[in-house]
Amino acid sequence: MDKIVNQKAWFLVLPVFAVVAFSAILPLMTVVNYSMQDTFGNNQFFWNGVGWFKELLDPSTDLGSRFFASLWRNLLFSAVILAIEVPLGIVVALSMPTKGWTVAACLVTLALPLLIPWNVVGTIWQIFGRADIGLLGYVLNHIGINYNYVANDIDAWVTVIVMDVWHWTSLVALLCYAGLKSIPDAYYQAAQIDGASRWSVFTAIQLPKMNRVLLIAVLLRFMDSFMIYTEPFVVTGGGPGNSTTFISIELVKIALGQFDLGKAAALSLVYNLIILVVCWVFYTVMTNAGIERPRHEGVA
Amino acid sequence: MARIDLVDLAHSYGGNDAALESFALKPISMTWRQGGAYALLGPSGCGKTTLLNLISGIVAPSRGTILFDGTDITQRSTRERNIAQVFQFPVIYDTMTVGQNLAFPLKNRGVPKAEVEKRVAEIARLLDLSADLNRKATRLTADAKQKISLGRGLVRSDVAAVLFDEPLTVIDPELKWQLRSKLKALHRELDLTMIYVTHDQTEALTFADTVVVMHDGRVVQSGTPAELFEKPAHTFVGYFIGSPGMNIIAAAVKGREARIEGHTIALGRSYDALPAGAKIEIGVRPEFVEVAGPTPGLLKAKIDRVDDLGRIRFARVRVGDVKFAARMPASFAPSDGCVGLRFDPSNVHVYADSRLVEGAA
Repeated sequence: MDKIVNQKAWFLVLPVFAVVAFSAILPLMTVVNYSMQDTFGNNQFFWNGVGWFKELLDPSTDLGSRFFASLWRNLLFSAVILAIEVPLGIVVALSMPTKGWTVAACLVTLALPLLIPWNVVGTIWQIFGRADIGLLGYVLNHIGINYNYVANDIDAWVTVIVMDVWHWTSLVALLCYAGLKSIPDAYYQAAQIDGASRWSVFTAIQLPKMNRVLLIAVLLRFMDSFMIYTEPFVVTGGGPGNSTTFISIELVKIALGQFDLGKAAALSLVYNLIILVVCWVFYTVMTNAGIERPRHEGVA
Repeated sequence: MARIDLVDLAHSYGGNDAALESFALKPISMTWRQGGAYALLGPSGCGKTTLLNLISGIVAPSRGTILFDGTDITQRSTRERNIAQVFQFPVIYDTMTVGQNLAFPLKNRGVPKAEVEKRVAEIARLLDLSADLNRKATRLTADAKQKISLGRGLVRSDVAAVLFDEPLTVIDPELKWQLRSKLKALHRELDLTMIYVTHDQTEALTFADTVVVMHDGRVVQSGTPAELFEKPAHTFVGYFIGSPGMNIIAAAVKGREARIEGHTIALGRSYDALPAGAKIEIGVRPEFVEVAGPTPGLLKAKIDRVDDLGRIRFARVRVGDVKFAARMPASFAPSDGCVGLRFDPSNVHVYADSRLVEGAA
């Protein structure tokens, strides 16, 4: 049977198209528009072509150097928190109980940090880490560790990273727990029968079965950490110096601090593109991990 | 390679203090001889899988002991028991190739590499998996995956027994036959003790040399397919095995005669010492009741319908309110619904409270 052709059906798509255009496409195009122009206020705009992009991607300019510095900082930050939160989340999920009332208790406890708004988390850690009134800062300094996140780059980084781990490891753990729960008992029983060690059970059953949820966890945590703004802004304000100034903080400084709309728009677009590309790479690599490739080595 | 003895083995999922009637497996004692092909047959929920999991150690028994070759292994974990088990649904290690899957149980036990390769190649050959050895196991069809599961169960040559828990559930009927005969061939070739759980009597009767029938947590009979057919020890075995099942009819038995609906049937043996107060029934398979013309002296019956199974026809008849199935000879065509039933006395059994009573000669 042939497919029915009815071009009038396109009208049914119109409402969705209108909503998406109004909420996403038009604002994005406004940003594209800004990125090609310069303004001195007064709603007067001058054509600048790809000038802002050239400046942004040229490390010898002020804009370029600030962009690349914050980009490397941000990539390092994302790499560190992924390297901590993913394994830690897996370990937490593996050590969670599987039945009884403790399951509910664990799930609620784990969900708590996820429910706290970003700026509240920032405020908590801002106070927690202070040497004069904060429990952590006071104790650390009292036992002889010179800890001061306002003055020391490393301390600031450690604080921001620990704060992110505190806030978001639960997400990874909960996702992994869901993945683990979906493994049928027969797999564990078969592994026992096959004489598998605890480590083999993990590598041969649990990790492959968690593949999907781990992909989601990695993508979510990468995107969130790459876009992080509120928490470091509240705790360190991007300092000391520029040591915790991530891309989004830099972006806000340029757009709202200096009111350089063209530069900020160009930065936004490149920022967006980086996130898309990195996520695509993650996704492709992780989904293709299980795909069959020609193999030439023997059995065992 | 072992004889397995179960001594007063029982299990309750509700704990040891639960009432005995609620036990998933009521106390049983039995022996599985080395090299036997057993089928554990029974309806869903009769305790077959529980019994299997007790033997493999996945479930720890509430009571009793399990001996492998006389050694008490009740407290040993599954890993230490040296037993293989294949589950209802295929279990595949996703990241491994077919060959690595088959090699996994051997590698975990530190078998030398050359030996592993030899065994894997042999099992792959027996299961027609040789061509797929280097493929990722996840990409295969459900029945190929189940073959891998079977292969992992069979790959160790030193196991005490291989347990199959309804392993062919996910397989297409056509392949089911092939795999079942393959299992049978493997059994002959590998000299392993195999215990095969199923609720399908055809599967049980074709696979096993000894069929163990379970009902409500108890083993009601254990014997060859012929024994189960000719002399069911329990009315449950009578109607669960055979298609249609055995006719079980309440009757008054005295000496060599049973009375049904005012009519007397001759029995092959004499029953004089039936337990008082027990529920007395006679059981006779449809194959041993013949439909004939309404001759005087035969039990009068009315035909409800005739099931033509091709090779054989069974008439569903009614004697008063009692329903029967009876064999209908190929040449016989009843003029009206009224017929007579002719019983084969040596195949009419007497049951007291559902259990077979041995009569005197």
